[in-house]
Amino acid sequence: MHYHPLTSQDKQEMLKEIGVSSFEDLLKGIPKKLLNPAMNIPEALSELEVQKLFLELGSKNASTRSALSFLGGGSYEHFIPAAVFQIIGRQEFYTAYTPYQPEASQGTLQAIYEYQSLITELTGLDVTNASHYDGSTSMAEAALLALRHTERNKVLIARSVHPHYREVLKTYLDGTPYTVEEFGFEPGGAFNRSEFIEKLNPDVAGVIFQTPNFFGVIEDLEGISDKLHAAGALLILSVNPVSLGVLRSPGEWGADIAVGEGQPLGIPMEFGGPYLGLFSTTRALMRRIPGRLAGLTRDMEGQRAFCLTLQAREQHIRREKAASNICTNQALCALAACAYLTLLGKTGIRELGELNLDRAAYLRAQIAELEGFHVSLDVPIFNEFMVKSEKPFSQIEKKLLAEKIFAGIPLTKFYPELKNEFLVCATETKTREDIDRFVEALARC
Amino acid sequence: MLISKDSRLSFEKSQPGRTGVTLPASRYAKTPALAELPQHLTRKTPLVFPELSEPEVMRHFVNLSRKNFSIDTHFYPLGSCSMKYNPKINEWVAALESFAAVHPLQPESTTQGILQVIYELEQCLKEITGMDRFTMQPAAGAHGELTGIMLVRAYHKAKGELRRHKVLVPDSSHGTNPATAALLGYQVVQVPSNKRGRVDLAELKKHLDDKTACLMLTNPNTLGLFEEDILEITKLVHDCGALLYYDGANLNALLGIARPGDMGFDIVHLNLHKTFSTPHGGGGPGSGPVGVKSHLVPFLPSPWVEKRNQGYCLVEDGKNSIGRVKAFYGNVGMLIRAYVYIRTLGLSGLKQISEDAILNANYLKEKLKSIFPAAVDEPCMHEFVLTLVKGKAQGIHAGDIGKRLLDFGFHAPTVHFPLVVEEALMIEPTETESRETLDQFVEAIKKISREMEEDPNLIKMAPHTLPIRRPDEVLAARKPILSYKDQIGESRPQTPVMSPHPSLSPEGRGVG
Repeated sequence: MHYHPLTSQDKQEMLKEIGVSSFEDLLKGIPKKLLNPAMNIPEALSELEVQKLFLELGSKNASTRSALSFLGGGSYEHFIPAAVFQIIGRQEFYTAYTPYQPEASQGTLQAIYEYQSLITELTGLDVTNASHYDGSTSMAEAALLALRHTERNKVLIARSVHPHYREVLKTYLDGTPYTVEEFGFEPGGAFNRSEFIEKLNPDVAGVIFQTPNFFGVIEDLEGISDKLHAAGALLILSVNPVSLGVLRSPGEWGADIAVGEGQPLGIPMEFGGPYLGLFSTTRALMRRIPGRLAGLTRDMEGQRAFCLTLQAREQHIRREKAASNICTNQALCALAACAYLTLLGKTGIRELGELNLDRAAYLRAQIAELEGFHVSLDVPIFNEFMVKSEKPFSQIEKKLLAEKIFAGIPLTKFYPELKNEFLVCATETKTREDIDRFVEALARC
Repeated sequence: MLISKDSRLSFEKSQPGRTGVTLPASRYAKTPALAELPQHLTRKTPLVFPELSEPEVMRHFVNLSRKNFSIDTHFYPLGSCSMKYNPKINEWVAALESFAAVHPLQPESTTQGILQVIYELEQCLKEITGMDRFTMQPAAGAHGELTGIMLVRAYHKAKGELRRHKVLVPDSSHGTNPATAALLGYQVVQVPSNKRGRVDLAELKKHLDDKTACLMLTNPNTLGLFEEDILEITKLVHDCGALLYYDGANLNALLGIARPGDMGFDIVHLNLHKTFSTPHGGGGPGSGPVGVKSHLVPFLPSPWVEKRNQGYCLVEDGKNSIGRVKAFYGNVGMLIRAYVYIRTLGLSGLKQISEDAILNANYLKEKLKSIFPAAVDEPCMHEFVLTLVKGKAQGIHAGDIGKRLLDFGFHAPTVHFPLVVEEALMIEPTETESRETLDQFVEAIKKISREMEEDPNLIKMAPHTLPIRRPDEVLAARKPILSYKDQIGESRPQTPVMSPHPSLSPEGRGVG
């Protein structure tokens, strides 16, 4: 096996040095009945055969390169500069361990620190951690932080938050003394303000909104943070980082915690993962942050140095008293986001936000003119929006798939009341020709 | 000089007017979409972002990368972390557009290849561990543990036994074990180890009763020793109605040698980023699939992949499921890499992993134990622990040895862990290191051992040859500067609410 350097001669000599006559002598502590289990696993393949096998398996997928995709809903097709892959592909980053030895990990540590700096700018808050597993788990961790900090027992969440995220939150809180309550949305997709106010009470530790929400609607959160803070609760916002070059930031909305999915920042869709859980908060909550943090300090000669810090919150030090059990995070994805944002720079992130607003606005205007389809033109949107069809969506999906178009995400599965409504998305990757082709195909349905 | 001393941030190299990307200029909407938005929904605070050209960005990051140790540049004998070679074919496959550019909510007919990979990987993991079903959702080992303990709770709840509120962990366990149990509201009970580093059966029995929910165990344990009484342990735990959780961090010792399922474990998590060679990436992403025996299958997170007549499909059956633990289906990119690895190695290659890992560990232990004593001097599995008590006289700690090793071009072992061993150096060479590398490592340890006598300060002040000297970690925690924004003073650090416990000052400690 070409990953394993020991030759049979090495092995013989090493056994001799150890002082045993055979390898089996090293396994004496293992009960005999457990040894050498039968396993039904195929035999080895050469690398050439592996390439062929996986090219063949890959050919059973349609990718968003071979088809024209208008899918969003928490995973987005974006342009990724070639330099991003070259940067994260540096094996010194790729094959390094967690930077517990700072002297041997300044590259990773400085990159994490720069990532924290960039995300802190975008969210407009004070502190960002080194990442969580994905947007859903960072949102659940934010809820736990709010519950512990306020010592209250309930979290309110908008139903316009990504359905998977709400499911994960329920899983995390199930069996704990904590409860989750949801409030609904209006026909256009924005959260229902009066229902939210009705449900806000002194038990509420924090309230979670997503903006742009699952339906692509940019939520109007005017006055919300004042209301929550007066009630002693925290405001948690789940955001799309690509929107933050142009949209009002969590800091500007008065949020206490911002979370979100970092996948749009230079990370491939990869059928749902690995992604990047963003997590930012205020100075006041800094010492309750779950997960790793890189900080700036000095070395013994006074030179600038980076290290993991505030580790007294973490499981490898505090064991059962830790702020969270999180250990591994998504460092390489954070590096991709860091490289992506650095390449975009100050003007690029704003232009990108404008482009995404533009493509979705154009697509919505085109669909609005089609017979048999209804969109709401008066809600502000980013990337995506809801479309109601007069015909069954399954029929439309099938017809468009025959033309190699992924038409959208059916909403009934997540919201039974939204029959024949679907979510369509256009990022900067869609040209006018792409959008026109899609709209023409819809018109023929 | 070869490695740049420049530690300026990208922000500090910025020049107004530069950019590293050219985006399309075309706009299609009739009026600029940003202008159409209600103004109170738009950003007002200008962004402080770097402005650099593409070549500057490349040089910035490539120079940063050179300040790292990594598997592809250095030997990384980090105990409990299985820092083995990350095969490049894994990356080649995962980067194929037919896998990487697939949206998670595409129609199922267009994702048959990926679903087949997930399905077949699950079949292999079942064979390797002796479990009946896996969920692929957990994103890392600790996430797998969280999922696993949620399954424990769901199981006891279904049996009407929610009174079971204790989770037992050995005192040698990984920090994530007690942290996970505590996160879910369990009382954590530490079971002391015996003199031979194994679970003390008499101590274990004391804590087994109708309040016990589960025992979390890694086998081989963190001392690299196989729990010889494992069959008796699993029987005792089951007899009291509790479950057994297997922390798969150390599975690299057992491929084709023994299976947690056969030992009696009910739940297993695997770290695909350890045993199955997916890259660590400087701290993630990982992947932590969780396998269970049939009596726990109904509680698994959904969806999962099934093979039916019409093809592979995602099945959601939420009746008894604990629910979803992650959006979509898990870190699929890591699942693909792990499956490529398994198919490349095949049955005999998998067995060879553990055989060579065990052989390398025993060889290294044999050569090192005369320099620093082994915590337990018996044949080990894939790793072993040395104790540096003899450094005490000179005030040299295990962490110092780790730092000095960096000067010799070796990454530090895991130090000050497991907590049951005083001044622990935990060493895991893995199967992908050659005998020559191990011999060089032995020579370095010998030399350091001599330095302990001759020039202890050389060790206490190490490293001497890296881009930085030892950083002031106390300062970093006392006055946290966590972003460029902190540096330029937009948000002033406040007085800390709680100061870090002095005895917890980390010396590069930690495993995961």
